[in-house]
Amino acid sequence: MEELVIEAGRSEAHYWRDLWRFRELFGFLAWRDILVRYKQTAIGVSWALIRPLLTVLVGTGIFGSLAQLPADGVPYAMMVCAGTLPWYFFSSALTESASSLVGNANLISKIYFPRLILPMSAVVVAFVDFAISLVILAGLMLWYGVVPTWRLLALPVLTLLAFVSAMGPGLLFTALNVKYRDFRYIIPFVVQFGLFISPVFYSTTAIEQRFGEGGRLICAINPVVGIIDGFRWAICGTTEIHWKSFLFSICLSLVFLVAAVRYFRRMEKSFADVI
Amino acid sequence: MKPESIIGVESLGKSYVLNHQVERVPYQRFSDTLIHTAMAPMRWWSRNRHDTAQCTHEVFWALRDISFEIGRGEVVGIIGHNGAGKSTMLKLLSRITAPTEGRIRLRGSVGSLLEVGTGFHPELTGRENIFLNGAMLGMSRSQVSEKFDEIVAFAEVEKFLDTPVKRYSSGMYVRLAFAIAAHLDPEVLIIDEVLAVGDAAFQKKCLGKMEQAAQGAGRTVLFVSHNLGAVSRMCSRVLVLDRGRLVFDGPTQEGIAVYSGLAPTSGAEVNLSELHRPQPVMAGVRLTAINMCGHKGGQPAWMIDYGVELELEITVNSSGVVTEIEPGVAVHSGKGFEIASWTSAVIGGNVSIQPGVSVFAFRWRNLRLVPGVYHLSLGMRSQRGFEDYLTEAVRFEVLRTPDSASHGVDTFNGCLVPLVDFSVTSSPEHD
Repeated sequence: MEELVIEAGRSEAHYWRDLWRFRELFGFLAWRDILVRYKQTAIGVSWALIRPLLTVLVGTGIFGSLAQLPADGVPYAMMVCAGTLPWYFFSSALTESASSLVGNANLISKIYFPRLILPMSAVVVAFVDFAISLVILAGLMLWYGVVPTWRLLALPVLTLLAFVSAMGPGLLFTALNVKYRDFRYIIPFVVQFGLFISPVFYSTTAIEQRFGEGGRLICAINPVVGIIDGFRWAICGTTEIHWKSFLFSICLSLVFLVAAVRYFRRMEKSFADVI
Repeated sequence: MKPESIIGVESLGKSYVLNHQVERVPYQRFSDTLIHTAMAPMRWWSRNRHDTAQCTHEVFWALRDISFEIGRGEVVGIIGHNGAGKSTMLKLLSRITAPTEGRIRLRGSVGSLLEVGTGFHPELTGRENIFLNGAMLGMSRSQVSEKFDEIVAFAEVEKFLDTPVKRYSSGMYVRLAFAIAAHLDPEVLIIDEVLAVGDAAFQKKCLGKMEQAAQGAGRTVLFVSHNLGAVSRMCSRVLVLDRGRLVFDGPTQEGIAVYSGLAPTSGAEVNLSELHRPQPVMAGVRLTAINMCGHKGGQPAWMIDYGVELELEITVNSSGVVTEIEPGVAVHSGKGFEIASWTSAVIGGNVSIQPGVSVFAFRWRNLRLVPGVYHLSLGMRSQRGFEDYLTEAVRFEVLRTPDSASHGVDTFNGCLVPLVDFSVTSSPEHD
């Protein structure tokens, strides 16, 4: 018979195995969030399309037609779309995971499971929205007659990357949110500003032209920059990946993720006490 | 021979840090911490001057120095008054929170029913919630499917399976929640007060199911309850907790005796002066104490047997002569409904009191309360308005007795068993 020892001040030995054991709960929680998301809404899942679609339209109207920003040689709407979709995935993954612990406070104070499951399953919801919104992309590609290239195959990898980079700050924020409810107010700000400091409505080549390579590297501190660049490279086919800033983005995201997981695990034990 | 140990607890302790700050919120604002950190050098500098106002943290031990072993197949009750550490103990055993010191060894899967209906999502249907809740309680999808029909039948919600549970009546909700939990199949089952749900008939059904689970399958059960009747029926052994310490570990009847000796309030007399007044009062006359007279020796004062008359003495302190004062007492059921009220106006006799201490004595005749928990509200009105007023100030419990059980009173849905003159008149049929 396997023996489980819970000892004060020692982290659990079987943490990752436990996480695997609870995979079914992970699935159920994600399933619950997806089911609940559009319940009692009149147009249901269409919301997943409407929000990015309107962003693309407004962005194209204001920044493409009015401000005449350059578009790297593809239709401006395509460029905005390739930026909007990953941005929405990132921002909703971040928002959902950041509020996941506090939103499930009753579970945390009543039931044991590896707490990491909650923010992770919250991200799945964002992923489903993202998958649905890919329809917009397909539509635009048809409309503009953009022929997909083999580069499109890189999309799953890039999506995984977006997941990784959203998970880092998501875990950190959700753990902090348990103790400091300020983060409830900070996150909407982060997301709001993020839309402008990330190259959703403009391209990173425009930044390079204006501020040089250094400017582009500074921009790449923002993890979304690398991802959006990647998406544009895969979808539009015109932009080349700026490897230096791309790798910089990825490395930062990974470091952030590792740090966040460690912080999360350190705080995890006290969640039930302070939430 | 002792059975193989399935739970081993060694000098277990759990402490909480209480923040004695201006605001008593359990979580802080991030900005507070930032400011606190930013001010650190200043504090260090000023510490040398005045050292006093620093220590605002207090360590509170919810549990300390607890050691016991539980063998496979044992059914153990955990009893103790509110705040004794029972819930903390269960949270530690079910791994919801981590111990501050000591260790726990578990040799089997643990399932806990700390609160029925935790994790139900109001928007999801009954069917969806069964699977979700099952997963939360540690059942696999196949286990849930296997027991699905049994759960639905037990909860009696067949017709509403595809209705969101937010449209369920509270009874249906609780029945479904309990049914899921009752069909859990862990090696160690931890139950906390879940039986205090549903109507009486369903409670009985639940209790039966629990007893069956405990005895039939040879499962290990830890059972926390205030319901001494259920504890003594189900458990052969009890652990008695008192203010975070394990004060007794042994046979149930002895344990209940020990528990009863630990009075929840220090004695029959409860001090009322310090209690919070829910509304502004004139305070010309203050309620200072209440005394329960009807109790038997050897039993906590605020626990009376079914059928015993409620006898109360209320001590008041007046700063001057007050004429025409109307004292009143009301009994609330455990669910908060006012079920019996009385003021001196009922007998047309308002009283006058002199400066100093006076004692009002009440004897409630014919107030036969069904076993359960009740609260008392106390007040005094004069021509000026409320002199003093306390809602649900004292809690008392009416205990089950052989009488209440044999008369079936324990399962009554009401709170009162009135004296009723009853007769039957039959008119023989003529043909």
